Parts: sequence; structure tokens; C-alpha cells
Amino acid sequence: MSVDVSRPPESISAPTAWQRLRAWIANPWGRPRFLTVFTWLYITWCIIPVLIAVQFGFNEGRSRTAWQGFSFRWYFDDPDLSVWNDPSLRQALYQSLKLAVGTMLVATPLGVALAIGLARWRGRAAKPANFLMLFPLITPEIVMGVSLFLVFVYLFQVVQLGTTAQVLGHITFTISYVVIVVRGRLFAIGPDYEEAAMDLGASPTQALRLVLLPMLAPAIWASLAIAFALSIDDFVISYFLRAEASTETIPTRLYSGLRLAPSPALNALATILLAFSMLAVTFAGLFLRRSRRREGRKGSAVEELARLDI
Amino acid sequence: MSGTGEAYSRRRWTWPAFAAPGLLWLILLFLVPFYAILAVAMGHRDPIFNTAEPVWNPAQWDPGIFGEVANEIFTGQLGVIFLRTVAYVAIASLLSLIVGYPVAYFVARHSGKRKLLYLVLILTPFWIPYLMRMLAWVNLLESSGYINDILTFIGVLAEPRDWLGGRSETVVLGLVYGYVPFLILPLFAALDRIDQSTIQAARDLGASPFRAFLHVTLPLSRQGILAGLVIVMLPMFGDYYTNNLLSKSPRTRMVGNEIDLFINSNSGESQGATITVLLMGMVGVLMAYYLISVARATREARA
Repeated sequence: MSVDVSRPPESISAPTAWQRLRAWIANPWGRPRFLTVFTWLYITWCIIPVLIAVQFGFNEGRSRTAWQGFSFRWYFDDPDLSVWNDPSLRQALYQSLKLAVGTMLVATPLGVALAIGLARWRGRAAKPANFLMLFPLITPEIVMGVSLFLVFVYLFQVVQLGTTAQVLGHITFTISYVVIVVRGRLFAIGPDYEEAAMDLGASPTQALRLVLLPMLAPAIWASLAIAFALSIDDFVISYFLRAEASTETIPTRLYSGLRLAPSPALNALATILLAFSMLAVTFAGLFLRRSRRREGRKGSAVEELARLDI
Repeated sequence: MSGTGEAYSRRRWTWPAFAAPGLLWLILLFLVPFYAILAVAMGHRDPIFNTAEPVWNPAQWDPGIFGEVANEIFTGQLGVIFLRTVAYVAIASLLSLIVGYPVAYFVARHSGKRKLLYLVLILTPFWIPYLMRMLAWVNLLESSGYINDILTFIGVLAEPRDWLGGRSETVVLGLVYGYVPFLILPLFAALDRIDQSTIQAARDLGASPFRAFLHVTLPLSRQGILAGLVIVMLPMFGDYYTNNLLSKSPRTRMVGNEIDLFINSNSGESQGATITVLLMGMVGVLMAYYLISVARATREARA
């Protein structure tokens, strides 16, 4: 028979739930407790309204304020008003996806190349170039929207307002985010691997292609996902650059719908948008985690995403 | 095989060449459009149709429309709208700080083993589409919505209130709800960077937890507070959609709404562009501050 010595004596074990409850009642505003409650209230406040909105997308009836039972009426079943059967809603979904895929495919290569260039380039023009890259991140979107609208109407008249203008606008504000994501990885990788490759006889381009790009791959995949999410979430740029009804995106369609004729179909459309956005961001998080593992660094990818200054 | 000299010269031009397409893109579709706003604002107007006639040569710029808009600011409605915008943004960003600081502080300092979970939770609203979040509040605030249900049920209100009928408090709270997540992230980063041993030292030297917070944590998080405030103030200054969704009344109109109305009417592009230039002047100081502090942080991180 043996005594389990790893188990601590009862008297110094952690307080029981009852003891903790009593301590909490005695001093409910002890610092961490107050902060815990406050943080959970904040999280609830942020997320519950959205969940309620999701719920009403599944409402049986026409109301957005009273629950009348579960159905897919506003997604498929309603022959005129559902997302699937109302041409304006379906078109908005299609337009949003088109813009997001286009933006992702163009902004990512441009941004990756720009990040590599800016991280390695030591010339005199490197600094202003860096500032130019940062500007779109902090310029209020309405200013970018107005400026792109005016430039397409009065200067680059080859580009018509509508899909082309919208894609060009989305790419413009997305490039900088791609740069920020990739640049973080580049700083972490450092120049050593490339230099080692070149010492072993690789040309700079070979070093880049065979050493750096494979190391960057997860960050590049993450950038694709982030570019997709940024584009599909965007409202202001799409709004200023839209033309005929077929160039409405999900966010602009939600905006006009909410102002003129709210319906649970809008909740359903918004839920679809939410799903795409969340899916893209989850992918981005997973790829960033892989990229951190590859560098053998501690900490989490989520932390990284939170630190992503702007 | 390339010789060393050739490789060197290739290296010298390689990196700018990599940056070139992206930079060219930003020059053509960010800087040039920006110039287009100035060209329209300082340009002429068609005397009959009132459409804008941009002037691209700065030597021929005409401050006529500027004078008109300035006059509207000092004597007309536009001045009130500018003041209202500043007031809304000031209140909303301060409220955001009051809500955001405890959350960022908790996650950075006290979340312990669950830090990852909390980070995911505070990052989530950041990626929920903005229009989805506003739609949620439009639903809740409708006259038959849950907010009125709850408030009348517990007796705060005798009868449902028309929250969406042009109320300042709805708009300000909408702005807070919309932008708080953006403030929490830089604040979290700043608080998380603080070396715990500095706080421990203050405590060991006899400071109470509160004094340690006041004299160590708070000053060390100043950068984060300022960065967070700037990050939420910039989009708030240009916001028009939050306002339009949560209030259908001109009583709560902000500068962004004016720009939207002018640009999207066929005859107001010149005024719209001019007000945009004025807005840029207002937020330019904030942007400069932010860029300088980012540049400083990057330098420190690299060193």
C-alpha cells in the first residue's frame, strides 16, 4: 500500500468553489474580478447583437423583431424574396465574391513583392516609399472613396465606374495590409538564410526563389485570405465606385435595403457575408500559425494578428 | 553563371524593382486620385449644370469654391455640422477608451492561461463585417425591437422610444460600438509589451496596486492610448453610414454625410471635394502623429 504523496494536504489546496463565491460576495470589486466581469460584458455586448441578427435570418415570418419559428425561407424557400430568388440579393452576393477573388489574386502578388522590396532596399527613396505604403492604412476611407470616384470620372476615363473601378479600388487599399503581414515574417526570417544560400553559390534570384519564397509561403497564403476578407467586408469604396444595380455588393445592398425596405432576407444575406469573412480569417490565422511554427517561435498566431499594428 | 560584379549590380536594382509595381500602383491609384480631389476643389464649375471642371495645373487654381464653402461654414449650416462632428467624435472616442482600456488591460495582464481564448474573442468583432454589426443594431433598436421590449418591461420607459429617429445618443453609441475593437488592439499590444518586472518593482517598493497602476502602467501605456484614440478617430471623422443607418434625420448630420450627399448628387462634386480637402486638413494632424509614432516604433523594433 502506498500513500499518494503528490497530492497536497487538504488545508493548503486551492479554495473550493464555495469559498471563492464567499470571497467574491465579500469583495465583488476586487480588481481582476471586476475586470473579468467587465470583459465578459464587453464580449457579450459585441457578439450577442450579431447572433440575434443571424437568428432572424432564419425567421419563419416577416418580422425582424419577433421570433416566429425556424425556416430557410429567407435563404432559399421564398420564391420572390429569398437571397437565392431575389435577383438583386443574389447579384450582390455574386458581385462581392467576384470582387474579393479578383482583389485577392492581384493585391497579394503586388503586396508580397512590395514587402520584399521595402524590407531589403536600403536606398534613399526607400523611406518615402515606406510612407507611401503606410498612408492608405490610415486615410479615412471616405477620402479614398471620393478621390477614386473623381479620378475615374475626370482623369482615367478609360475605367468606367462599376466592377473594374471597384476592383482597382479594393486592390489599392488591400496592398498595404498584405505588405504589413508579409513584412512581419520577413523581419522574423532575417537575411541570414538568403546569404547562406548565396555563399553556397546561389544567385540572388535563386536564393529568393528556392529559400525565401518557400519560407514565406504560409504568410502568402494568409495574405490571400486577409485580402479576400478585407475586400468582401468593404463598404465605402464599393459604394462610391458602384454604377448600375448589378454592381451593388453585399454591404452596399445591405445599406440601401436597411434604409428603404428591411427584410429578414437582409439578415440572411448578412449572415452569408459573415460566414465568408469568418472562414477567410480562420484560414489566415491557421496559416500564420503554421508560419510561426516553421520559424520555431513561441507565442500564438492570434497574438500576432492582435499585434498587427493597424 | 553570373560573376560577382554582375550579381552585385543585380542586387542593387533587384529590390527597387520588386517594390516598383506596388509603388507604381499606389502612385497611380492613391496619390494621383488624391491630387484629383484638389484639382476638382480648386477648379471651376459649369455655369449651367454645376458639374465640376477640374483644373490640373496648380498655377491656375481658383479658390472660388473654397470661399463659397468657407462662407457656408461661418454663416450657414456647415459650421454647425463641423462642430457637431468634432463633438460626436470626441465623445465617442473617449467612451471607446473607457470601454476599451479595462478590456485590453485585462487581456494583457490577467487573462492567464486563457489568453488565447480572450484574444480570439476580442479579435472576432474586428472581422465581423461592419454593415452586419450595424444591421444588428438597426434590428434591436426598431420601435418593436428587443431594446424597447426590455426597457419597457423593466419599466425604464413607459412606452417604446423611436431610437432611430435622429437621436445623438444613438449615433454616438453606434460609433462606439462600431470602432471600439479597433482601439483595443493597439492598446492591448502596448499593455502587453510592458515589462512585468517594472510593476513588480513598484509593488516591492511599497506602492499600492492602484498607485503602481497610476505611476507605472498608465504612463507606459500612453503610446498605446494615443495610437488607439487616433485609430478610431480617423474613421469616425469620415463616417457617414453609421449615421445614416441609425438616424434618418438631418439633425445628426456629420461632415461625412455632407460629402456623401454632395458627391452623389450630380451637381455637387466641387463642394464635396472641397469639404473632403477640409476634412483631410482636420485629420492630417492625427495622421502625421500616427505615422511618426509608427516609424519610431519600427525603428526601435529593428534596433
